[in-house]
Amino acid sequence: MSYLEYTVKSVPTGLRKVLYLNWPLVLLITAVAGSGFLMLYSVAGGAYDPWAAPQMKRFGLGLALMITVALVPIWIWRNLAGVAFGISVLLLIGVEFFGAVGMGAQRWIDLGVIRLQPSELTKITLVMFLAAYYDWLPAKKISRPFWVLLPVVIILIPTALVVQQPDLGTAILLLSAGGGLMFLAGVHWAYFASVFAGVIGLVAAVFKSRGTEWQLLENYQFRRIDTFLDPASDPLNTGYHIAQSKIALGSGGWTGRGFMQGTQSRLNFLPEKHTDFIFTTLAEEFGFVGGISLLVLYALIVVFCLVSAVMNKDRFASLLTLGIALNFFLFFAVNMSMVMGLAPVVGVPLPLVSYGGSAMLVLMIAFGLVQSAHVHRPR
Amino acid sequence: MRRSRAETDASHTKLSRRAALLGGVQLLFMGGLAARMQYLQVDQADQFRLLAEENRINIRLIPPVRGEIFDRNGVQLAQNVPSYRIVMVREDAGDVEQVITRLASLIDLTPEQIENALAKPKRSERFLPVTIAEDVSWEAVSAVSVNAPALPGIVPEVGSTRVYPRGSDFAHVVGRVGRVSSKDLDALEDPDAVLRIPRFQIGKINVEAREEALLRGVAGTKQVEVNATGRVMRELERREGNPGADLQLTLDSKLQNYVQARLEGESAAVVIIDCEKGDIVANSSAPSYDPNLFIGGILSKDYDPLLNDKYRPLVNKTVQGAYPPGSTFKMMTAMAAIEAGIIGPDETVYCPGHLEVGGRRFHCWKRSGHGWVDLETSLKRSCDVYYYDLALKVGIEKITAMSNRFGLGIRHDLALSSVNSGLTPTKDWKRNNRGEDWVIGDTVNASIGQGFMLATPMQLAVMTARIATGREVTPRLIKTVNGVEQPIKGNESLGMNENNLRKMRKSMYSVVNDRRGTAYRSRIIADGMRMAGKTGTSQVRSVVVNNSEVPWEQRDHALFVGYAPYDNPRYACAVLVEHGGGGSSAAAPIARDALLQALYEGEPPLEAYPTADRARIKTQQRRLRDVEPKARVKKSSDQA
Repeated sequence: MSYLEYTVKSVPTGLRKVLYLNWPLVLLITAVAGSGFLMLYSVAGGAYDPWAAPQMKRFGLGLALMITVALVPIWIWRNLAGVAFGISVLLLIGVEFFGAVGMGAQRWIDLGVIRLQPSELTKITLVMFLAAYYDWLPAKKISRPFWVLLPVVIILIPTALVVQQPDLGTAILLLSAGGGLMFLAGVHWAYFASVFAGVIGLVAAVFKSRGTEWQLLENYQFRRIDTFLDPASDPLNTGYHIAQSKIALGSGGWTGRGFMQGTQSRLNFLPEKHTDFIFTTLAEEFGFVGGISLLVLYALIVVFCLVSAVMNKDRFASLLTLGIALNFFLFFAVNMSMVMGLAPVVGVPLPLVSYGGSAMLVLMIAFGLVQSAHVHRPR
Repeated sequence: MRRSRAETDASHTKLSRRAALLGGVQLLFMGGLAARMQYLQVDQADQFRLLAEENRINIRLIPPVRGEIFDRNGVQLAQNVPSYRIVMVREDAGDVEQVITRLASLIDLTPEQIENALAKPKRSERFLPVTIAEDVSWEAVSAVSVNAPALPGIVPEVGSTRVYPRGSDFAHVVGRVGRVSSKDLDALEDPDAVLRIPRFQIGKINVEAREEALLRGVAGTKQVEVNATGRVMRELERREGNPGADLQLTLDSKLQNYVQARLEGESAAVVIIDCEKGDIVANSSAPSYDPNLFIGGILSKDYDPLLNDKYRPLVNKTVQGAYPPGSTFKMMTAMAAIEAGIIGPDETVYCPGHLEVGGRRFHCWKRSGHGWVDLETSLKRSCDVYYYDLALKVGIEKITAMSNRFGLGIRHDLALSSVNSGLTPTKDWKRNNRGEDWVIGDTVNASIGQGFMLATPMQLAVMTARIATGREVTPRLIKTVNGVEQPIKGNESLGMNENNLRKMRKSMYSVVNDRRGTAYRSRIIADGMRMAGKTGTSQVRSVVVNNSEVPWEQRDHALFVGYAPYDNPRYACAVLVEHGGGGSSAAAPIARDALLQALYEGEPPLEAYPTADRARIKTQQRRLRDVEPKARVKKSSDQA
């Protein structure tokens, strides 16, 4: 265990750890979540209910969870990585049988207290498990075919289950995050090049399969792609979302129409204005300045994670931090591309801002892991 | 397992390198997002702002209030009254079935209405009101209002509809409105957007239609903010329109009511014109109908009898009906000859009872002949041969020209539908329209208002007023628009020799007041109220037989034109009774009654009538006193 090579004496103990948290990161996260509260308050027509108040409570809970997770030594998390991944895969299988139907897909498990989305959990546990795997794997074996194939299988198991739900957005995020982690761990270039070529082939195959018996995607997924390629083809349904979203963004202009003055969201022209399309409301009401500010906050979170990871000599901690940062990046990058009409509508929320329970809590736990890695880094 | 420090360092360096690379890619992507944001929000902002405004702002029209119509004394002829309908907003109703059941127990609903109310809402947005019952009574509205707490989502709505309180009296003048039909829209090149408002009413015939532009007004607009489903969130801006202009007609509703009642049972038309201003004070066509039946669509059980009636109640005979003027035209033939200097008013012509023209024998109505007749005698006794003779001497062109000067063959510009221009034939007209040459017999026929000659009662009344005044009296129907007096035309002299005119009037006086005149039985004996006039009996077929022996359709039309008082003309009148028989028996009495009613501004004293008639007139007056017109006016308007 590589960690033991370093002296642990300088690592803070007990509640003193709180002082060694990555506080700038905490502040950035709070700032982003704060802008989320503001927007949820606005889209409710200037009311804390039904969205802003529960979201604030959840963020409070999330913050507590984050600090709790941060206080637990990082090596304990590493040892738990396999178990956590196993549980989330079991939950993914369970959701097939006991899941509640929401948004036309089986995604939820109702635990009474909270409606758990196993796919959200999997995004973190997969990263954890892969980080642990590459921490354990000797450097020379990394690029050997068998040791490359193994993580690929690890990634594909949850991905396949998520596609089954069907949740294309999360599946893409899982694949990207897993692939990203393999790249960070140092897998040879050639593998990525060949996979890249393979993906292009697959995309071609997917389009070729359309309308045949072995159709690879659901019809609604095909339609979403169609709409993305030509939103005008379906102006009243799926294309409507993109068109209205662009109108909202564009009408914001430089400085926006003012807080709670966004007509597109206030008059319900925007779909899912409190979840997936919340960025449009922000961009409409606060304009280019507001949108760029949020983007900068996100960029800073990613950069802080990156710096923290590079400074960390512990391989697991470093990989985990980078994986979570990549995950976070993929989250908002896909969401923003979607609302700006650069990507198909795949149903990915805006991290920390969109209304939603499990996504927020899972993300806070993930940042707890990042903090734990930061606090317990070898000095 | 232990690893060498070097190995760990090496893998960490590699990790950092790849982390930096991936971080770089991420930042690059974020830069791309920022660029996209800049493109949408800065470069394309104006365009998208416009689209957002189009999304949210709807322009709604506020229908203008239609102008109302009054008679010359301010009596309302067409008014706007609130009409009530019951609508339901499904969103507020909750349990629709229960609410409708309750509503049905309160007000009368047909099974169809209930079925519609239950079925229709499912097809529309929940917040849009759905009409359950239209044109409901005020009682129903009260019942709904009082029980409002038990009827969530049920709202009485107030609209406006047109009511004609004088009903059948003015159907042929005021006309009626109706819902805009697709035919109406097609007929217009650039239809006013307001016409597309549901339930909007436009004038269909007569004044309502011809003065549509004045009556309609201009629609206001309101800009409303709507949400994605079209629900109105708030009003942004309101621009009031202009209400339509109120019109005052020249007609006197009291006189009109009397004349209409007097014509009851006949297929007839009466026009009375004020000689001084040309004001049409009465314009009656019988039978009439209740225009209120047409508003909101007429039922075929009401419409079919109107359509199939041989008396044609839907036709306004005063301007739409063109009839051979018969002997009432004789003044024109005489004026043409006298003004041309062909014959003096006192020169005589011998009437042997017929005249040979081009090998054809034209009879006088009196086969035995009238002997030597001058203008006065010929008119008084309605000798035909005198006019045959004059016509042959003066020629058709001069007769036609003269009758045109007196307003025959001219389409008078009145705000009524399908105004007929009648026909004063010329040689060219016959060649162009019949493809035949004019023959001398045509002139002979025209001289006594037969043959091709056609005139409307309106034209005959104008002709009479022009004879009475010597001025170019022009009929006027609209007295004021929004209180502004409309111009009076026709003060110019006709340019006739005053002596000739005087002689003509004297002859017409004799027709009525001379013991041997054809209208002697219809004279007025009150001093200063004496009537002058001319009877006419125009043939519908060419063989003369006894009128009482042929079916109604083949009987002669009875006509009378006249004015009073003789020495100071105030009103001119034309009466036509379709297939009424003789002008002296069927038309002249009506003219006398109508003119007296006009002159006395109400019921005339019995002393105005000859002693022999008084008993009969007394009963008639009692019968015709304030006969209520047919006007089915809804209850709700009484309450409002």
